[in-house]
Amino acid sequence: MRIMMGKIGDWLDHRLQLAAPIREAAEHPVPRNTASWFYVFGSAALTVFLLQLVTGILLALIYVPSAGEAWSSLQALNHDVALGWFIRGMHGWGSNFMVAIVLIHMVQVFLFGAYKFPRELTWIIGVLLLLMTLGMAFTGQVLRFDQDAYWGLGIGASIASRVPIIGPAVVKLMLGGPIIAGATLSRFFALHVFVIPGMLIAFVCLHLLMVLKLGINEWPMPGRIVKRATYEREYHELTKQDGAPFVPYAIWKDLFFAAFIILAVAACAYYIGPFGPTGQPDPTIIQTAPKPDYFFLWLYALLSLLPPSMETPFLLIVPPLVILALILLPFLSGEGEKSWKRRPIAVITVLMIAITLGTFTRMAQFTPWSPHMNAWSSDPVPDRYIHGTTALERQGALVFQVKQCRNCHSIGDTGGQRGPTLDSVAVRLTRDQLIRQVIQGGGNMPAYGNNLSPAETTALVAFLETLHPATQSPARDAARDFVIRGSAPKPATQP
Amino acid sequence: MTTKPVIAPATDETLSRRGFFMKLGILFNGFAAMVLAVPVVGFLLSSVTRGRANGYLSWVPLGKLSEFPEGETRLATFRNPNVMPTDGKTVDTACWVRRVAGEKFQVFAINCAHLGCPVRWFPQSGLFMCPCHGGAYYRDGARASGPPERGLFEYPYRVENGLVTIQAGELPTPGAAIASLTGEKPPCAS
Repeated sequence: MRIMMGKIGDWLDHRLQLAAPIREAAEHPVPRNTASWFYVFGSAALTVFLLQLVTGILLALIYVPSAGEAWSSLQALNHDVALGWFIRGMHGWGSNFMVAIVLIHMVQVFLFGAYKFPRELTWIIGVLLLLMTLGMAFTGQVLRFDQDAYWGLGIGASIASRVPIIGPAVVKLMLGGPIIAGATLSRFFALHVFVIPGMLIAFVCLHLLMVLKLGINEWPMPGRIVKRATYEREYHELTKQDGAPFVPYAIWKDLFFAAFIILAVAACAYYIGPFGPTGQPDPTIIQTAPKPDYFFLWLYALLSLLPPSMETPFLLIVPPLVILALILLPFLSGEGEKSWKRRPIAVITVLMIAITLGTFTRMAQFTPWSPHMNAWSSDPVPDRYIHGTTALERQGALVFQVKQCRNCHSIGDTGGQRGPTLDSVAVRLTRDQLIRQVIQGGGNMPAYGNNLSPAETTALVAFLETLHPATQSPARDAARDFVIRGSAPKPATQP
Repeated sequence: MTTKPVIAPATDETLSRRGFFMKLGILFNGFAAMVLAVPVVGFLLSSVTRGRANGYLSWVPLGKLSEFPEGETRLATFRNPNVMPTDGKTVDTACWVRRVAGEKFQVFAINCAHLGCPVRWFPQSGLFMCPCHGGAYYRDGARASGPPERGLFEYPYRVENGLVTIQAGELPTPGAAIASLTGEKPPCAS
């Protein structure tokens, strides 16, 4: 049997002549210190990418890229096709893992100075691979053609339409027509299944080829300075003196981590399951609060928190600048220290970006800026706020509910968080200030003057004046006390 | 054209017969690519070029006048004028119809002027609220608070034979034709 196999192998290699170059590539010497668990993320990204190719092709066996049928074909995958739910779960979780691993790989490469001479182009292609990975994540979310995908496309179109002059044309190009419809899904399908994967495969090959040709970045030593004139000779000497063949010396860690990642994706798919689809992509169903997928949540938060006037410039100027900065990075610091121990600004930059994105992502999971659309009818005023109040104040509590104040203001820890919580509003604002705020709005609150009768305003403000902790007296206007009651100070209002 | 032995490599100054044919071949392919590029680019941009001069917009009915009580704001749905067989439900669109008085209307797009999420009308507080980033608008569509930089988009409307019709067919975005159409739009109440 073994002889037979050998003969077939020889026959093939006589024609293909691939065995020698493959062996050469596998056994090329790498610096011993690169056989580290820090160096496994590149191969892990490749592993997840291959996993995505396989699960993606499997999904394409069932999925129908038609706006009328995509949603039901996903339902069929989830519920009717044997193990369809698992393959969907693998593909969805694989997507999350891929973005995460590519980002980790990038941070590792940045902190280890691997982007410096002569690996500038490897880094630049890596930046393009990151952009394509994010492109795959976004187009993939669109293919899960549900409510979130539909309104997510609307958000994408709204952003695109802000581009000066060509904005409207970009929107129609993106949507494949004047509205989000069948042509939109078809073109995102073409992007997700043909265009971007084709480019990804080509660029991954180039990326790998350069890793082979230029060698794996050696473990950075503080004080070992990269110089264009000497680096390549030094690296060559290093691999000669302290090198080991990549296979098997270093690859076993890659293999272990790759298997671990595949099992982790499978475990997430099995125990947590696939993502969605959420409601049907029917634009007449407006009871929906669309949210982007995990890796775009930070953007969702940013778009809520930026001042309105800064939004368009930010959206149109900052992303190209960030990409430009990433591409220029190896040219701006192509030489010098590689070790993160001697590059404090690099470390601080990574930490700042990570903390910022992490904070935005966390906030977007709570969406404190979104009104709670049902709070006014589902979150009652807590008993303790009504107990012992006058008829007028209770009427005010009713106005407070009926006029949907709760949608943006919480009391007793329920309700929206768009505006400030009102549990102790009476401590902050006097009666006159409350009346002014309710009638004129301001500070991001709509004016209710046109929508409240004077009686309703009086009742509402009377209720709001009772909202203060028992141990704190409400705010009062001393001048008003003086005018109304002479010089005697007014005693604290009873709760 | 000097005649040289075929095998001899052409120098920079002279052009061999084969070198000439190769260049001619490249030129010929360039010509073929240009001929092909015209329909390819035309096809790719077809969704853009058709939209010129508001080619997508037409008048669609929303319902009878009697379906919209005076002084109230109601949800209406309409089918987009351009339907493809694979569009499914995506061609049905909702909008908010405010009958100000008599035949005076305001028809608001469902899409928030910020990033296009569907706004909801709250008659009790007289506000449109957006569930995404918290934009709010008054009953006349004017911006009340939140990130939107303008009021709600309005469709041009007309009332014909007791039917309320609007000019629609394009996703309302800040750059869309709908955002600047003023033809028969009533003056903003604010």
